[in-house]
Amino acid sequence: MSSREEVLGRVRGALGAARGTAAAVPRLYRRRLGAEEAETRADVVALFTERVADLRATVRHVSADELGTTIAAALWGREAKRIVVPADLPYGWLAELEGVRALADSAVTDAATLDAVDGVVTGCAVAIAQTGTIVLDGGRAQGRRALSVVPDHHLCVVHADQIVGTVPEAVARLDPYRPLTWISGPSVTTAVEQARVPGGNGPRSLEVLVVDE
Amino acid sequence: MTPVPLGMPKFAAGAKAALSDTGQRRNLRTATGALRDRSAAAARDAPDWDDLREAGAAIRDQALLNLDGLLEELERAVTEAGGTVHWAVDAAEAGDIVTRLVRETGEGEVVTAGSALTREIGLDEALGAAGATARETEIGELVVRLGPDGASHLTSPAAHRNRAQIRDLFLNGLPGAGPGLSDDPEALAAAARTHLRHRLLTARVAVFGADFAVAETGTLVALETEGGRRMSLALAGTLICVAGIESVVPTWQDLEVLLQLVPRSSAGDPMSPSVSAWTGVTPGDGPHALHLVLLDNGRSAALADEVGRTALRCVRCAACLNVCPVYERAGGGPYGPVLPGPIGAILTPQFRGVEGAYEASLPYASTLCGACADVCPVKIDIPDVLIHLRGKVVESRRRRPVPNPEMLLMRTVAWTMGDRRRYEASLLRSTRWARLLSRGGRIRRLPGLLGKWTDARDLPTPPAQSFRAWWRDRPPRRFR
Repeated sequence: MSSREEVLGRVRGALGAARGTAAAVPRLYRRRLGAEEAETRADVVALFTERVADLRATVRHVSADELGTTIAAALWGREAKRIVVPADLPYGWLAELEGVRALADSAVTDAATLDAVDGVVTGCAVAIAQTGTIVLDGGRAQGRRALSVVPDHHLCVVHADQIVGTVPEAVARLDPYRPLTWISGPSVTTAVEQARVPGGNGPRSLEVLVVDE
Repeated sequence: MTPVPLGMPKFAAGAKAALSDTGQRRNLRTATGALRDRSAAAARDAPDWDDLREAGAAIRDQALLNLDGLLEELERAVTEAGGTVHWAVDAAEAGDIVTRLVRETGEGEVVTAGSALTREIGLDEALGAAGATARETEIGELVVRLGPDGASHLTSPAAHRNRAQIRDLFLNGLPGAGPGLSDDPEALAAAARTHLRHRLLTARVAVFGADFAVAETGTLVALETEGGRRMSLALAGTLICVAGIESVVPTWQDLEVLLQLVPRSSAGDPMSPSVSAWTGVTPGDGPHALHLVLLDNGRSAALADEVGRTALRCVRCAACLNVCPVYERAGGGPYGPVLPGPIGAILTPQFRGVEGAYEASLPYASTLCGACADVCPVKIDIPDVLIHLRGKVVESRRRRPVPNPEMLLMRTVAWTMGDRRRYEASLLRSTRWARLLSRGGRIRRLPGLLGKWTDARDLPTPPAQSFRAWWRDRPPRRFR
């Protein structure tokens, strides 16, 4: 008997008459933000901003036509010389970039190259106000996983209409067949006496630009 | 079965050594105190916390009571998405499968990320025996590796160490750590990061545990603080994931509940700093080969027990450890290498059976205070399962041809108390003896085996006259 048959056989034997008798899942929890948390769309965006800031990320609001200059200013502020971007990043995002070399990622870009750049600029798929989370799904302007985990600085552009209120809303919007990364704040570790300090794996600095509608 | 060191001592014996280590007790008190305060605040912050817990418990029960069908569904979904599924009856088989897969890649080094599962299957030893090296990618794991002892906590393996000890371990064992290294947590984290980052950037094979496996879609999920799994997933060409058969979740939608419960219970975060979800392989992103090893290792035995199976709801958040007065003082070591804390006290004996002295001692490693049940995000009634398992331990002892001293004593007591005259005669005799042993109204030490009882407490001297004697001899009285 194969191990597969043995494990499945043991499970069936163990369950016996109880097999398939589970009660329905009571889903009484909140699917959307309560009125005391956010009444309007603007409140949802404001809550997201607040929660991202709580996680020690930098967060700023910009209008769509300022985006190019704000990205450039943010990178100049960090004295970034070389950055990496997904190949399909909207052209306008980097239009104002002077003096910073932007390397478009490709399948042959190796980890050492990603390690040597000063930062990465991406968009996102969904953002969650309640938890201050940004979700990347490898779609447009996001690139592959390696791109957003290796560089030490991550600049992420979030469009206001990508922000949902709660985790259930985000799960409903996301496609499980895509490669998903949920990022809540810059990389941290709590390994030393539970102190929350920068460390661990992934960018230690996260900057979020919220593009208002 | 999980390789447990030969002659693993009973919980009480292991705890005795741990209790005399005051430094460790102080470190654990700080760590668990911080974690439980954060988790309690995070639970208060969620207005629908109890509804989420109800849903979480029901989702886990759905998974367990339909486990055979869901495992087949998961296997189909993972295979369709380009992954390969392997089945392991026990830890040794899982170790063999992983070792074989690693050998097939031709690599001599693999990266691993902190997980109770890799410890459960004894991955390091299995790979070591085959000439390959497992390299950890998280700071807590690194600290444990550099020290002489094992992991002490489910989610925070180095919880028993303080900053000064961690600095010393780094000075002795971390290449590049000079005497200038301060014991500031940020400096320690930076030194470890540099060291760990190098191996991650060059990693070709990664082995780690998945926290959940979604049957409907074949999606594997990892919630973490440091992101060792996130980075391994991004960079390694071959990924070998190990998951307990009970970690199955029926649908993608069910994650909306678990992704709220686990981060809050585990470290008090609204969301874990990094969560990764992957379904099979994605061309051009992440590993080109994905293996999923489904591990039984005693889980199906636990499933057979109607009361005990609720323990399989466990989502490994460690909330029960952080509130447990016994764990806080004894640490993880005495619970053995499978799982520490209250959840270990109810899962380990179920995975391994209660015939051995070590396993049989675990259900007694509790004061039954119930704090764990109050915080469990999937509502496992841990004290209830502990009592149930104590019953099983007694049952298994009853079947032995030669009764142990406790059983013998209990039988004698039962025989004595079964008859009024026998009971009164023995009461009179033992009262006399007890009064001979007492000094100043207290008995400090009972003779023989009974002495264990007075090891930790005094016994008050019994009164010269028993209640029964007083009742019999009292002056007759008229009832009006």
